[in-house]
Amino acid sequence: MTNDHQHFIPFPSKTETELRVIKMGEEVILLDFWSSPFGMRVRIALAEKGIDYEEREENLNNKSSLLLKMNPIHKQIPVLIHKGRPICESMIIVQYIDEVWQNKVSLMPSDPYDKAIARFWADYIDKKIYSIGKLVWVSEGEVQEAAKKELVECFKLLEKELGDKHFFGGQNLNIVDVALIPFYTWFYALETCGNFSIVEECPHLVGWAKRCMDKQTVSNSLPDQYKIYTHLLELRNQHLAHLKG
Amino acid sequence: MAKEVKVLGKWPSPFVMRARIALHLKSVDYEFIEESMQPKSELLLKSNPVHKKIPVLLHHEKPICESLIIVQYVDEAFSTGSSILPSNPYDRAIQRFWAAYLDDKWFPAFQGVSRAPNEEAKAKGLEQVREGLSLLEDAFDKCSNGKPFFGGDKIGYLDIAFGSYLGWVRVSEKMNNIELISKDKTPKLHAWAERFSANDAVKDYMPETEKLMGFAKMLMAKYQAAAST
Repeated sequence: MTNDHQHFIPFPSKTETELRVIKMGEEVILLDFWSSPFGMRVRIALAEKGIDYEEREENLNNKSSLLLKMNPIHKQIPVLIHKGRPICESMIIVQYIDEVWQNKVSLMPSDPYDKAIARFWADYIDKKIYSIGKLVWVSEGEVQEAAKKELVECFKLLEKELGDKHFFGGQNLNIVDVALIPFYTWFYALETCGNFSIVEECPHLVGWAKRCMDKQTVSNSLPDQYKIYTHLLELRNQHLAHLKG
Repeated sequence: MAKEVKVLGKWPSPFVMRARIALHLKSVDYEFIEESMQPKSELLLKSNPVHKKIPVLLHHEKPICESLIIVQYVDEAFSTGSSILPSNPYDRAIQRFWAAYLDDKWFPAFQGVSRAPNEEAKAKGLEQVREGLSLLEDAFDKCSNGKPFFGGDKIGYLDIAFGSYLGWVRVSEKMNNIELISKDKTPKLHAWAERFSANDAVKDYMPETEKLMGFAKMLMAKYQAAAST
C-alpha cells in the first residue's frame, strides 16, 4: 500500500534550504484558549512533531470572525488551520498532525490492533474525563460526591491500562497520553474542590503524569495548575451563584 | 473450523451494521453472533468489559470495540478491496469530523425526538434534526465532488457512519408521517440514501422498515413504561 501523503518528503534527500522553503509555505495556525484541555492536546502534538506554528488566543466571549468561519458548526476551539484549511475537534486534529508530519516521532502505533486499542482509550477519555471531572470542580453535595467516585474509577481503569509502561505509548507518548495529560492541570482544582487526594487514590497515574511533565513538549504546553485552579474556581462560583440566584 | 473473525451484534443496531458493511467491503468472512442483550452474554461482558455494548469485533479472539474504531481497524487490518478511509489526511479529517458530528450531536437529537415529552419538544427536536441534515447535504456536496458517495466512487467511512442510520430515519418518517431526507429539501442526500441502501455491501444488513418499526414500537413502550414508574 503506497503512501501518497502529499507533504511527506524523505528527510535525507532534501537540502536544508529546500526544507525551510517547504516549511514556510505550510503555515500552521492554532486557534486556542489557554485553559482548554483540548487546546493543550494540540499544543503537545505540535511540540512533539517540532512544528512551528502561530498560536492565536481566542476571546471565547467575543469569538473572532476567523473562528466562526473556520468552525461554523461547533464555533469552538481548538481549530488548526493548515494552508488555509481548518481541522476541528482535538483528537481529529492530533491524528491529522500525526498523519501529515510523518518524518518525526509517531503518535500512533503501527500495528492495526494496537491502533484500535489506542483509539479506544482516547475515545474513553473523551467520553468520560471532561464531563465527570467538571462535575467534581463545578458542583457540590451529592452530585459532587458521585462524580468524585466515578472519576476515581475512571482513573483506576486507566491506571490498569497503563500497567507498568512508561507512557501509554511505551517509551514515547501516543494519542492516549496526549488525550489525558491536559487533565493533569485540573488535579489541584479537583483535589481542592472535591476534598480528596488523587495521589493517594491513583499513585501510578500521578507517576505517569510526572513522567509526562518531565518532557518539555508537555510542560511547555500546559499552564500552571494553580492558575487553572483560580480559573476553575471562578467558573465554579459563577455556576453555584447562578443556581442559587 | 472456527472463523477467525466474529461479530457480536444485533440486527436493529446501526452501529453493528457499520461493522458488517466494512467487513463486506473487504470481503472478509466472519461469524455473526446475535446477542440478545437481555441478559448480556458472557462473551460480550468478557470482550467489552468497559462499555458492555455491541458491536464487538473479535479477530483471532482479540476484541475491538466501538463501531467507528472497528471500521478503521477493518480498513487497516485487511488489504482486500478498496480503502474505506481516504488516503489524504485532510479528507480523512473531514470524514472523521462529520462522523463525530453524527454520533455526538445529530443522532442524540434524533433519538430525542422519539423520547420527547410533548409536541413542542418534539417539534424543536425535529428542527434540530433537519438543520443537521441540511449541513450534511452541504457536506455531501463537498466530500463527493460530483461522485455518488461521500467516499467518492465507492462507499467510504462517512457513507458507512451516516448510512447506518437510514433504517431508523425511515422508521421515524413513517411513524411521525413526515419527511426528513426529502427530494426537495435535501435532494442529494435523498439520491445518495437510495444508492447506499441498494449497494451490495449494504442491502443485506439494512433492516426492513416494517420490521424495524415493530422493534421501535416495542422499545418505545418499554421506555414509556420505565419513564412513568
